[in-house]
Amino acid sequence: MRWVAIYKKELRSYFASPLAYVIAFVFIAIVGVWWFFWDFQRFVIISMQAAQNPYYAEALNVNEIVIRNLFGNLALVMLFGLPLLTMRLFAEEKKTGTYELLFTLPLRDWETLLGKFLACWTVFLLMLLLTAVYPVTMALLTNPEPIPILVGYLGITLLGGAFISFGIFISSLTENQIIAAFGTYGLLLVLLAMGWSSSFVGPSVAEVLKDLNIFNHLQSFLKGVIDTRDVVFYVLFSYFFLFLTLRSLESRRWRG
Amino acid sequence: MIEVDGVTKYYGPFPAIKDVSFRVEKGEIVGFLGPNGAGKTTTMKILTCFHPPTFGKAKVAGFDVVEDSLEVRKRVGYLPETVPLYTDQTVRSYLNFIAEVRGLDRSQRKKRVGEVMEECGLEEVREKLIGKLSKGYRQRVGIAQALIHKPEVLILDEPTIGLDPRQIIEIRHLIRGLAGERTVIVSTHILPEVSMVCNRALIINQGRIVAADTPENLTARLQKGMRIHIQVRDSDPREVQRVLESTEGVSRAYVDKEISQGVHRYVVESSDRTDIRGKLARKVVERGWDLLELHSVEMSLEDIFLQLVTEEPVETETLS
Repeated sequence: MRWVAIYKKELRSYFASPLAYVIAFVFIAIVGVWWFFWDFQRFVIISMQAAQNPYYAEALNVNEIVIRNLFGNLALVMLFGLPLLTMRLFAEEKKTGTYELLFTLPLRDWETLLGKFLACWTVFLLMLLLTAVYPVTMALLTNPEPIPILVGYLGITLLGGAFISFGIFISSLTENQIIAAFGTYGLLLVLLAMGWSSSFVGPSVAEVLKDLNIFNHLQSFLKGVIDTRDVVFYVLFSYFFLFLTLRSLESRRWRG
Repeated sequence: MIEVDGVTKYYGPFPAIKDVSFRVEKGEIVGFLGPNGAGKTTTMKILTCFHPPTFGKAKVAGFDVVEDSLEVRKRVGYLPETVPLYTDQTVRSYLNFIAEVRGLDRSQRKKRVGEVMEECGLEEVREKLIGKLSKGYRQRVGIAQALIHKPEVLILDEPTIGLDPRQIIEIRHLIRGLAGERTVIVSTHILPEVSMVCNRALIINQGRIVAADTPENLTARLQKGMRIHIQVRDSDPREVQRVLESTEGVSRAYVDKEISQGVHRYVVESSDRTDIRGKLARKVVERGWDLLELHSVEMSLEDIFLQLVTEEPVETETLS
């Protein structure tokens, strides 16, 4: 259970620096402003039209129009926010020399990694908890269905885990935090772009590209459906990059 | 306690250490001496399980550094060259973290953190952020970190670097105090430190151990001849030099410097360890010169060190 010590230390570091608070604030602010002025207003306008036109009223669904977009926005903001949380995890230790301490303490590599991964995920979940204020506000004004909202959160949580494990991997490759953050952005964007380009290639390749797109797998969750394939995708994706991180940590044994 | 057998470590194509073997007994304080880049840090990194050796075996407290790395790490306290500190934490929370990773339970942790803070003089800064501490305090936090679990083996890489003279004395005192119960390896490039702190010195150069003994024995063993300083009042230093050189058993004699008007200091070196002081004195007096001073000079550890780590015989001028 020595990983708990690492976990606690990482959490302390996150909350000792202003970075976590700044990211949390921006996270909430962007999601809130975007969502309120865009999706919620649209919903209000549609509702007013619906009051005059019963045909519209049938198509009116709070979950579909408002909540789903909330999660879509969240995922995009995460793409920019999470690399800032993961960039320091190993890069900073390498820069300041604590890397050497960390790997001469009686800890197995996976214990160190687990502690760091879970700490980062915890910070992310706390931020996510803050966004609950939006669905709760909605629930006060209208009556959305609760289950699809929870499923949406589950999807976002898994997506967050995938981003974090990817970010940790990049952070373990460099001692420069800026490279770690930009590398993570860049490569996650490539994964996103791979999904877009699927319409320009043949059908069989398109399927593969779509499946590789880390955002595509969120769609079923946003509809309120838990699809095992998508759950497995996120779990495997996270596992794969944590595995690569372990190999990268091990490279200190044969590199100078 | 520590056994190193034929250890070689390559960084890329270059060996940082080549076929290094040595042994350290329990309770010894061993000084690791060598110029920068000689392989001190590499050897320490191998002993602390940060890097495995390319070839050879190393054991600490009976455990192999590769196969039983975790057991070794439990028993070793390590202060790397760059003091590993989390600058965003307070001294107390940092030490507490180390203690927790070291497997101390809550009550032990509280006790040991208090004890090492007292030992290393950190009580007045216990709640300060490490990032706000001076170099001396940071170094002490680093040492406290290495001591917290009462390790059997303590490995300190340049523990006194960057400290002011008073702090250096304190740290040396602290290390001396550990003798007997703990085995300590200290690396340094400051020679007097070795004679002051260590029971034994290992001199390492270009990745090889070139000498290993007590500081006193090293001095005795490597001092091949004698060196004698003579002050003579005279008119012609060249004549004096010629006379001194012609004395039996003298390998070399030269003018060291002019002390005052007409008084010169000469350095006379003998090739073996026979005492030639009497002969020299008689020679000088026979010629009617005033003999003002005559004494033999011990070669310091510094001289020996230079002799060992430089290929060429050292210029005598730099030694005196």
